Amino acid sequence: MRKKLLVASIAIALSYSHPALSNDELDLLKQQIQELKQSYEQRIQALEQRLEKTEEHAQKANNTAQQVEKRIQQSEVARTTDKNTANSFNPAISVILDGRYADFDNDPDAYELPGFALGGEAGLGEEGFSLGHTELTVSANVDDKFYGELTLAVHDHEDETEIEIEEAFIQTLGLGNGVTIKAGRFFSAMGYLNEQHEHAWDFADAPLIYRGLFGDHLTDDGVQISYIAPTDLYLQVGAELSSGDKFPAGGNSQGVGAWTAFTNIGGDIGIEHSWSMGLSHWNANDIDGRTSGGHSHAGGAAETPSFTGESKITALDLVYKWAPKGNPKNRNLKLQFEYFQRDEDGIITMLNSAPLESSTYDGDQSGWYAQAVYQFMPQWSTGFRYDRLSSSNSGSDSDILAEAGLDDEGHTPERYSAMLQWSPSEFSRIRLQFNQDKSYEDSDNQIFLQYTHSLGSHGGHQF
Amino acid sequence: MFIYGIKKLALIGFLVLVSTTVNAALQVLACEPEWGALAKSLGGHHVKIYTATTNQQDPHHIQARPSLIAKARRADLLVCTGAELEVGWLPLLLRKSGNPNIQTGNPGYFMATDYVALLDKPTELDRSHGDVHAAGNPHIHLDPERVLKVAKALSQTLIRVDPENQTDYQNKLDSFIKQWQNRIHQWRKQTDSLKGKSIVAYHKSWIYLQQWLGLNELAILETKPGIPPTSSHLSHLLASMKKTPADMIIYASYQDDKAANWLSQKTGIPTVALDISPAKDETLIDWYEQLLNRLIKVQQ
Repeated sequence: MRKKLLVASIAIALSYSHPALSNDELDLLKQQIQELKQSYEQRIQALEQRLEKTEEHAQKANNTAQQVEKRIQQSEVARTTDKNTANSFNPAISVILDGRYADFDNDPDAYELPGFALGGEAGLGEEGFSLGHTELTVSANVDDKFYGELTLAVHDHEDETEIEIEEAFIQTLGLGNGVTIKAGRFFSAMGYLNEQHEHAWDFADAPLIYRGLFGDHLTDDGVQISYIAPTDLYLQVGAELSSGDKFPAGGNSQGVGAWTAFTNIGGDIGIEHSWSMGLSHWNANDIDGRTSGGHSHAGGAAETPSFTGESKITALDLVYKWAPKGNPKNRNLKLQFEYFQRDEDGIITMLNSAPLESSTYDGDQSGWYAQAVYQFMPQWSTGFRYDRLSSSNSGSDSDILAEAGLDDEGHTPERYSAMLQWSPSEFSRIRLQFNQDKSYEDSDNQIFLQYTHSLGSHGGHQF
Repeated sequence: MFIYGIKKLALIGFLVLVSTTVNAALQVLACEPEWGALAKSLGGHHVKIYTATTNQQDPHHIQARPSLIAKARRADLLVCTGAELEVGWLPLLLRKSGNPNIQTGNPGYFMATDYVALLDKPTELDRSHGDVHAAGNPHIHLDPERVLKVAKALSQTLIRVDPENQTDYQNKLDSFIKQWQNRIHQWRKQTDSLKGKSIVAYHKSWIYLQQWLGLNELAILETKPGIPPTSSHLSHLLASMKKTPADMIIYASYQDDKAANWLSQKTGIPTVALDISPAKDETLIDWYEQLLNRLIKVQQ
């Protein structure tokens, strides 16, 4: 098109500027133009050919590049598999770093729960700066049949650093038919909070009833079997047999000193709501000399109460969670309630008393707590908790019971707690908590500023 | 007392024996909707699918809820992303399920990321870089080519778990591949205008999509992976957006939209909320087409 225009315009221009050209001259001109046209056309053709060739080359280069990319990708897959040889058999290791600053109005050493004889790790802990539970957890699949986990807790106890085996157990992996067997030392499936490590709790301290009955945690050496029914509704039943050597059992029973039976049901309501309910029962028939701290009286003789007899605990737990559109990352709410009741029948002896003082003992202790934790925006959550205990213990010698801390002194222990926490990531948390603690007559105000951080492998998101 | 304990154990043993599951269809537990949808396309009426998450849930922040344990207990096949996307809850489900079918290493344990190469593999593993995935970026389902690879592997897995219906699975795979490749061809043409467009994303959720479409990622709203945007990071972004503005701001519909909206208001750059996974009962093709259409629409 352009070429034609060019020829035409030249012809027109020539015809106008030289109106007096002869026919011969015109023919010559036409011939010259024709030659010019031909030579241009040839050159354009040559150019087009070269362009085609270049395109071909480009296509080839592109193909080679794609092949190389593919090879790289394949080699990447190969490399990842290569890597899974030496070090990846190392177990998952995680460390919990936990520390706090605590301030109490009352002397923490004077702490008591009237009607409950405290044992285990029950207590307020140290005032001022201190380390909490520093935990080291090592876990892995042992082989295709078993999973193993060890949790060591390191903490200071009266100026000495103690290493405690918190949990060390093996567990079957996919045994079949929903059955799982666990053996070793583990947190009992009693209640809801008991199976969780302290760092997973929503408050800096244990509920009063956990403190009163278990010394914060019920743990023992033994076996657990649990079964999950093949139903849409989650239904789990299980049982534990354990040594019964540890608080709140005690003594050195040969064989099985305590057993637990538990059942949990749970499910979802739509996408946003989920719930669980548990019933559990713990029984130690043959407790022989379970010692605990008595009613503290400054400078008094170190008389230690010791219980021998039978103990039964029954528990109910309810948990409800809500998250908008089922996505808990940005906002979520958790409501939690647990109730425990303990029946005991036996004899209380005051060790180191002369002459040896003892009394029959018929204990009836119960307590509950309810808490709500609301994550109102990513990284931030707040929570409230209310605790309440009651007891009605009787025996042949009420003075001895009082000395053992088993007289409720006409007081109903209760506590209000509020907390605010900031979790910059899944692995770190800083918490401020305030308690108004009416465990005993002198009401105590307690403040905790606590950090709980985890290093290493990613922990599980338990319900 | 001891006898009482034994009785309990015997009772449980009895319950185990009577609980024989009689279910014809293969029970599939899919961690994310995309794998649920893919399993549906490849399995048809031979599979019964339960999807553990919706496209409104961040699949990383799920808890091992009782309902999920109940599903894991009965599953014949587990279809998940892997590459640590479900690290917070899947190991717990496996351990609590008491189900041998879906344990690691068994045929019923299918992780999609095991079958494709991953992008963004961190060279340094340090949590100061945020919640990084050691194996690489797990959001592979946004690349149609990788989906094709996963489909082939998943079909083989279905055959291994349920060999009786082999020919049916093979046919379903063939027809899926045919449809999918046709679509890939169309999508390539439709999205030509998106090539070279620059984006700001909330999280590094889209790198496979970016690579496939030829999008250019200018910035990420999160300070670091998994760490919500801070005001200083955002004001820094605002300054750089004023110099070199992006064409759009992309976030997943389950992600917090505050930062994206704020930046959009300040700069006039349009935002687009994308469903990172198919909705309930949506096919992979419908979902991906819609996602591409939204991008094309925003860009026009």
